[in-house]
Amino acid sequence: MEFGPHLMLAMLEGAVTAAILALTAMGLSVVFGVMRVVNVAHGEFYMLGAVIAWFVAATLGTHPAVGFVAALVIAPLLVGALASLADVLILQRINYDPERTIVATIGLLYILQQGTLMTFGPDARPVEPPFNHRLALPWVEWGEQGLALYWPWGLSITSYKLFVIVAAAAILGALWLFMTRTRAGLVMRATQQDSNMARAFGIPVARVYALVFGLGAALAAMGAVLIVPIQQAHYLMGHDPLLLSFIVVIIGGLGSLPGTIIAAILIGMSDGIISVFFSPTLAKILATLAVAMVLVFRPQGLLGKKAA
Amino acid sequence: MSHRDTFLHLSVIAVLFAAFFVLPAYHSGSLARIMVLAIYAMGYNLAFGYTGLLSLGHALFFAAGMYGLGLTMQLGGWAAIPAFALALVASLVVAGVVGVLALRTRGVGFMIVTLMFAQAGYLTALYFVQYTRGDEGFVIDQAARAIGPADLSSEAGRYFAALFLFAVTLLVIGALVRAPFGRTLIAIRENEARATMLGYDVQRLKWIALVVSGTISGAAGAAYALLFGYAGASFAGVQYSIFPLLYVLLGGAGTTLGPLIGAIFMFYLIDLSSGITNAYMLIAGVVLVLLTMFLPHGILGTLRKRALPWLP
Amino acid sequence: MMLSTRGLTKTYAGVKANTDVDFDLPKGQIRALIGPNGAGKSTFVGMLCGRIPATRGTVTLDGQDISRLPAHKRIAMGIAYTFQITSVFAGLSVRENLALAARRHLHSAAVVTAKVDDVLDRVDLAGRADQIAGDLSYGHQRILEIGMGLAQDPRLFILDEPTQGLAETEIAAFKTLILSLTDTTILLIEHNMGVVMETAEYITVLNFGQILAEGTPDQIRGNADVQAAYLGTGNA
Repeated sequence: MEFGPHLMLAMLEGAVTAAILALTAMGLSVVFGVMRVVNVAHGEFYMLGAVIAWFVAATLGTHPAVGFVAALVIAPLLVGALASLADVLILQRINYDPERTIVATIGLLYILQQGTLMTFGPDARPVEPPFNHRLALPWVEWGEQGLALYWPWGLSITSYKLFVIVAAAAILGALWLFMTRTRAGLVMRATQQDSNMARAFGIPVARVYALVFGLGAALAAMGAVLIVPIQQAHYLMGHDPLLLSFIVVIIGGLGSLPGTIIAAILIGMSDGIISVFFSPTLAKILATLAVAMVLVFRPQGLLGKKAA
Repeated sequence: MSHRDTFLHLSVIAVLFAAFFVLPAYHSGSLARIMVLAIYAMGYNLAFGYTGLLSLGHALFFAAGMYGLGLTMQLGGWAAIPAFALALVASLVVAGVVGVLALRTRGVGFMIVTLMFAQAGYLTALYFVQYTRGDEGFVIDQAARAIGPADLSSEAGRYFAALFLFAVTLLVIGALVRAPFGRTLIAIRENEARATMLGYDVQRLKWIALVVSGTISGAAGAAYALLFGYAGASFAGVQYSIFPLLYVLLGGAGTTLGPLIGAIFMFYLIDLSSGITNAYMLIAGVVLVLLTMFLPHGILGTLRKRALPWLP
Repeated sequence: MMLSTRGLTKTYAGVKANTDVDFDLPKGQIRALIGPNGAGKSTFVGMLCGRIPATRGTVTLDGQDISRLPAHKRIAMGIAYTFQITSVFAGLSVRENLALAARRHLHSAAVVTAKVDDVLDRVDLAGRADQIAGDLSYGHQRILEIGMGLAQDPRLFILDEPTQGLAETEIAAFKTLILSLTDTTILLIEHNMGVVMETAEYITVLNFGQILAEGTPDQIRGNADVQAAYLGTGNA
């Protein structure tokens, strides 16, 4: 393939990565924004979403579309409930002390991951996409008769991948409406502004925190359900999304929701593009170093505002 | 008071010395490994337990020592002692550079920055797969693993080399934390703003603490490679940054013997559970959660609070 | 002069906390810095000892320009500072708290011990030397904090509201203690007018981030602007 079509292919793959990443990182960002909690177990909620999706699809055993839709509802609910439970049982009891919270969520990471290994096993398992048409894509070429369209071999995307991008955008849109237009969203943002003030106004802060922690995990689970027909479910699959979500949330400015989306697109696209043209390991080395440097020299994030 | 500390430390060393002749071979082999891991945790404890620097990236320093020794011995054909010296320099330099950058942040920022640096180090080890052989790792020739006539790959050689290094580290750290330097590090952990306003150059002291901590961790990594004859990228991974945190939290942060106690407990917990299931890290997760919830001061820290206030 | 500032200014996001403060404190004087809440007193002393970076202006300690020095270097040059909100090493013993303060300028262990014992006597905490600082009552923690300042043997001792929360007997002891420090230049931020009038030789009044008046206790007592500022009627 020539450079042009190759780049376009890389960008399409990058867009899929970016869409999933935006969802997953948004979960991390909402939790950090409202609760000031750094959830190291976030990647494991993602992994659980994928594993539950496989379980639901395999148990129902009907048409892939039915299993997929069921998974898209069930997995986020279960994962969200589990996360809320963890919040009530563990994080609330240590008063969200920042350092102890990180240590506890590291513990939670291993419990979820290794618990999955014991029950689900070490194998990667596929989920069938609900639909999967190959769509060949055209490219333009300056030929003898001026501009001409042609279909380069290998330049294609599946309908399912396009659906992933659209679905992720729709979920994020719904989240935005929820945060800005509903009472529950208002309560969340009030709690984010000032939890003591919120408590004084009678907002049940403990319950809000449990719900927010559940919502954050559910967003990761949704991202995982969307990706699992493309990547298989595996008990170690939470590692990379965790790292990338961290990168996105930090570059986007900790807790800034628009910043998170912009950074997800930036990181997802460049990860896709760099991985196609260079070594993916090198891409990850550069990305992690970049994040460390951002934290060191611009802790408010590249896109965040400087604190007064 | 300080005599009591020294006496306690010397007794522990004597017990470990005697243990080799009493314990069956399997356990003395485990104990050699535990002592090396305890050195790593003691190094970590200096930063986390004494200075309050919660790093999630010490595997970077451990790996710097491990590869510093492993690569020079295996690829450069160096002898054990110069390779060990180079490993110390390597981890010292890495800790120095990471310290300058990471110490510009604090708290959660510091945790994430150290995590990211260590991750970059792990990926770098994977990237140079033709030298490091990545996760699979490489074996260091048995013949080279000797200092003069002492064969460090033999059961006894390995055990007493580990004990020697452990003893030196324990006595050095014991002296360090009793000295004004160590007391000042504790002051920084307790109240950084106040320490600054007593005229201490907090930033510089934290850097020194991190460099010493990183170098001890590097010594542990080099010793691990030398005594067990293997270096691999998995030792640079997140898990190996979590282990010393786990040992120190369990044994008691800011206690001289906590790292050893924590390493013994965790090693055997994981050893026993890996006989039952391949999900042996589950036990580490459960212990981490329970510790943060119910025993934040760890075993020796709680003992010191409740019964033995003199415990070093 | 022990301490001088020229044009010292601090702006927080466009709001001025201190504007062009020219301040002189002669050696050996006990000076009180007073003013209504929000007058910029804590910001001002924060800039003196380097906790708060000044937006512009200079600070001179005993003839040396220290404007560019970080806090710990200024402290090492002989400034001691006690915090408005009690700030001791809560997990360490009283003795260790004082030793940490003394060790910065004294080096032999025996001299440090002697210094600590001396301070323990002067602030009347000898009976509690081995208690953990965090277990002390609030009043005793404040006294410990003052003791830490004494253990530093400062040339300039800055105290930010030292008597806040102290009982009457403790305040009396504090006044005696301050008056006994004859070699030390003292800058005292204080709300308790009894303490100010009985200890200070000279008073500086800060209002809206600027010096409103300076003078002896009697002059300040009779100053109409100061009364207006405290009663909140005047805008000077």
